[in-house]
This record gives sequence, structure tokens and C-alpha cells, in this order.
Amino acid sequence: MRTRIAHIASNTFREAVRDRVLYNLIAFALLLSGAAILVGQISIEIEKLVVINLGLTAVSLFGIVIAIFIGIGLVSKEIEKRTLYTVLSRPVRRWEFIVGKFFGLAGTLVVNTFFMAVGVFAALFYVSHKFVRADALILVALYFIVLEFLIICSLALLFSSFSSPLLSAVFAFSLFVIGNFAEDLRNFAGMAHGYSHWLATGVAYLVPNFSAFNVITSIAHEQPVAGQLIWQNTLYALFYATMALSGAVLIFEHRDLK
Amino acid sequence: MSAIEILGLEKTYSVGFWRKRPMRGLSPLHLTVEDGEIFGFLGPNGAGKTTTLKLLMGLVFPSAGSALILGRDWTDPQVKAQIGFLPERPYFYDYLTAHELLEYYGQLSGVPGKQRKQRVEQVLQQVGLRDVQGVQLRKFSKGMLQRVGIGQAILHDPKIVFFDEPMSGLDPMGRREVRDLMVQLKREGKTVFFSTHILSDAETLCDRVAIIHKGELRGVGAIEDLTSSVQGKVEVVWHGTQIPASIKALSAECHVTGDRVRAIINENQQDAMIDALRRERQRLIAITPVRTSLEAYFVEKLRRAETTAGRTV
Repeated sequence: MRTRIAHIASNTFREAVRDRVLYNLIAFALLLSGAAILVGQISIEIEKLVVINLGLTAVSLFGIVIAIFIGIGLVSKEIEKRTLYTVLSRPVRRWEFIVGKFFGLAGTLVVNTFFMAVGVFAALFYVSHKFVRADALILVALYFIVLEFLIICSLALLFSSFSSPLLSAVFAFSLFVIGNFAEDLRNFAGMAHGYSHWLATGVAYLVPNFSAFNVITSIAHEQPVAGQLIWQNTLYALFYATMALSGAVLIFEHRDLK
Repeated sequence: MSAIEILGLEKTYSVGFWRKRPMRGLSPLHLTVEDGEIFGFLGPNGAGKTTTLKLLMGLVFPSAGSALILGRDWTDPQVKAQIGFLPERPYFYDYLTAHELLEYYGQLSGVPGKQRKQRVEQVLQQVGLRDVQGVQLRKFSKGMLQRVGIGQAILHDPKIVFFDEPMSGLDPMGRREVRDLMVQLKREGKTVFFSTHILSDAETLCDRVAIIHKGELRGVGAIEDLTSSVQGKVEVVWHGTQIPASIKALSAECHVTGDRVRAIINENQQDAMIDALRRERQRLIAITPVRTSLEAYFVEKLRRAETTAGRTV
């Protein structure tokens, strides 16, 4: 079972590499080196702030775009092209296929994030010529970004298991945007009354709370991250991704392949 | 033990966007395929052949019924390790080479690492794709993809092979090779279940065939049984350029072709015909029973089904 999942994951990773997904790293490198050179000429004070902010935001956005645009096709494309027929006619269970695909995409994003992180640290060294202890906080921000990717991957897979790639992209991207305002939604739910209170509360807790993962600005200002937030976000991301993946499995287990 | 026992499998699809209505894809199907035979599943396009294969592969779920493959429930993953499947117009991961694809499928089928490499080479040679190392499948022709498809179906040395339209997209040489491969698989003791609408292929290869039309089984049997002397007539051939009157009296259907005469007579007139030929000092060449071709049988079955359906309406 584990080996079949690993083989499916590794093939998904290979597909991403062969489809030149990692070429985004070139765009990222160009963006970051351009920014580093530019801000270096503006001000010595804010250059580190700009590089960290811009670098981590780019890591997050590049990854989200990859997660959504690969994730939405992971199942639907295989059904449409009928590549699934020769996989599921083997001793592969449907849930193994979904889980394998998830790990393949998550692995692609982790590798991508690793190279981008190297780029961020290189740009940082270029502008400040040294590393300080507070720079290690960037690793926490990168960890939270990866946790965000896990949630987005699982949601893209969930939508991909029952709808077309276009609709899946719309759903996943909408949830990403709404999820970034999850705290505001929760505040609104707290102020609302009657049915709207229950409705807003339901929506606020159903959408992924990405605002809790965004620590880029505070890290750029060298503010520490609470240990509690790290394990809370870890548990939340694992729980949310597991739920979304279970939903994807549940739908896919009963789906006829046309 | 039968290789495949289909026990009333049926499939009804829901069609329509707002108001869903049922559409019968396959009426309850009861069919048994014996171990070691080549079984042809015949029918025109849209007859239900692919639906049946998809049901057996667990790609779609039946509305009712079940099946046994090698005596076990067809949904059992262990069963799937012992079957191979070639879908109709197969499409594979086109970023992989044929070697990588077969390696991947070998991993999923549980072929041990040491054997896998060897087996991949062996199968690629068997399907005539030995010299394609390093070429991605996106550069393959339709016929080459069909060969890859056949290769992946037999890669893990399955006991039963299901082929959906295996000759599709192949040139005459390729079709001949696939036919030879099927015979080879049978020789190795495997069961081959293949769907086709090319009747000549079925007639050449199959031990038994089933005919399906509009989701309903119309007939099953050995090729010889389905095509044997349905008309109770024999064809008599002898040397000659003219038809003597005594022979003409026995048969209305006489034709002269070159230096041969062919006559179609009723079986019970066979002895009288031989006597007449002796009397007329004609040299007999052959007497063979007149067989209905599989095509004629097939067309007749479908015509009868259409007539019945017309009457029902």
C-alpha cells in the first residue's frame, strides 16, 4: 500500500518536473535579484525589510498558483485523458491514488519552496552582507507557507474529484482569497445576530483560516513567533488537509469514470 | 473453475442536466468465459462492450449484479493483480518513455524490482518497440501507443487479459502481430477476452464469441456452432466446363468458374449427386458443408433484434 502511494507520488512529481513547472524558479530568481539590486540603491535601512517581504510573498504566491493549477487537474485530467483506466485496473485502490497524488504535488511544492528559500537567503545576504539570529525566523514563515500549500493542495484535489478544472480553479482561488480574510469573517460573525450570526460563524470556520499563517510582516520586523502558534497552525493544517482529502476520497470512491 | 463469470451485471446511467432520466447502458448480463479460451465480445459501436469491460475493471459501478474473476469477487484487489487491461484508444502519460511507463505500471502491479527491468525489456521486444529508448510517448504514433497499451496489459504476466478493440489504429502488419500475440497468450494458458467490431478478427481467433447489441446479449457460442451448416446444404465442386442435365436437375444453384463447376445442394441429395457425377464421368474435387459466415450470423442477429424492438415499440 505505502509503496503504491509512493510510486504514484513520485510519478506526480516527475510529471510536474517534466512539464517544466520548476521553470517558475527562473522567474522567481529574476524577480528577487532585480528587487535586491533595486532596493539596494534606494535605502540601506529598508532594503532587508523589502527583500524579506517581497521574497516570502513571492514564495507564497508562486506556490499557491502552482498548487491550484496543478492540483485542479490531478484527478479530472486523468479522467478526461483516460490515463486512470490503466492505473485503476491494477491493484491500486482509489484512495491510494488520491493520497499519492496529494503527496506528489505537496512534494513538488516543498522542493520548489526549498529552492526559493535558498534564493531568499541569497538575496538577503546580498543586501545585508551577513546573517543575524533573527533571520532564522524566516524559516518559520516558510514553514507556515508550506502548511498553507498542504491545505490548498487538498482543496484543489477535493474540487478536482468532482468538477471541471475551470470550476475547480475558481473554487480553490476563491477559498484562498476568502481564507485570507477568515479573521475578519470571524469578527463579523461575533458582531452579527440571529441567522446571519450562525451563517457567518459557519462560513468563517468552514473556510481555511489563512490569516493565521501570514507572519511575513512581523518576521520582516524581526518580531518573534509564539511557539503556540507553530503547533496550532501545524495541527490546523494537518486537520484541514485530512478533512479535505477525506472528502476527495469519499467522492472519488463512488464516481463512475466516463 | 471458469475464468470469468458475469452474474447479471447491469448499468443504468442518469442523463440530462436538470431532469435526470435513466438510460440503460447494459441490461442484466450473464456470461461465462472458460479458462484458457480466446473469447470475442462482438457488437456494433455503442452496443455496451466498453461498458461491460469498464464494469469488470471497476472503473464504473454496476446498478446491479456481480462477477467472479478466477473464482473471486471481481472487486478484490488481489484479482486485479492477475488481470491485464487494454482500454479502447489508450492514452498514457505522454511525458514518460515507454520504458518508464512500463516500469511505473510494473511497480503498481507489484512486480518485484529485479524481475521488472528484465520483464520491461522482454515485453517491449514482444510488442515490437525495442528501439524506442529515450523517446517520450508524446512522439509516438497511434499504432505505437496501441503497442505500448498491449505491452502494459501483459507486463505483469496476468492470467486473464482484457483487450478493448485491440486492433484499432494498427496497420495490417500490426494487426497480424496482435493476432499472433493473442494466440501466443492462449498457448501460454492465459484467457483472452477481447471486444471488437471487426468480425474477421473474431472469426480467425476466437474459440467462442458473444454478440451484444443495445446493451443486451444476443447470442453466445463457439464459432463453429454459430456458423455451422445452418442451411443444411453442401457445396460440391468438380472439374468441368459444362453442367450435365442430370446434375442440373439436382441443383438450381450451379456456377461454372474457369474449369470448375460449383453446385449447392441439400445435404440429403449428396449421395445422388455423387452417383450422377460418376455416371457422367466427372472428376469430383470437394464436398464441403455450406457455413454461414460469422458476419452473416451477426447481421442476422442484429436484424432480428431490430425487428423485435420495432414490434415492441
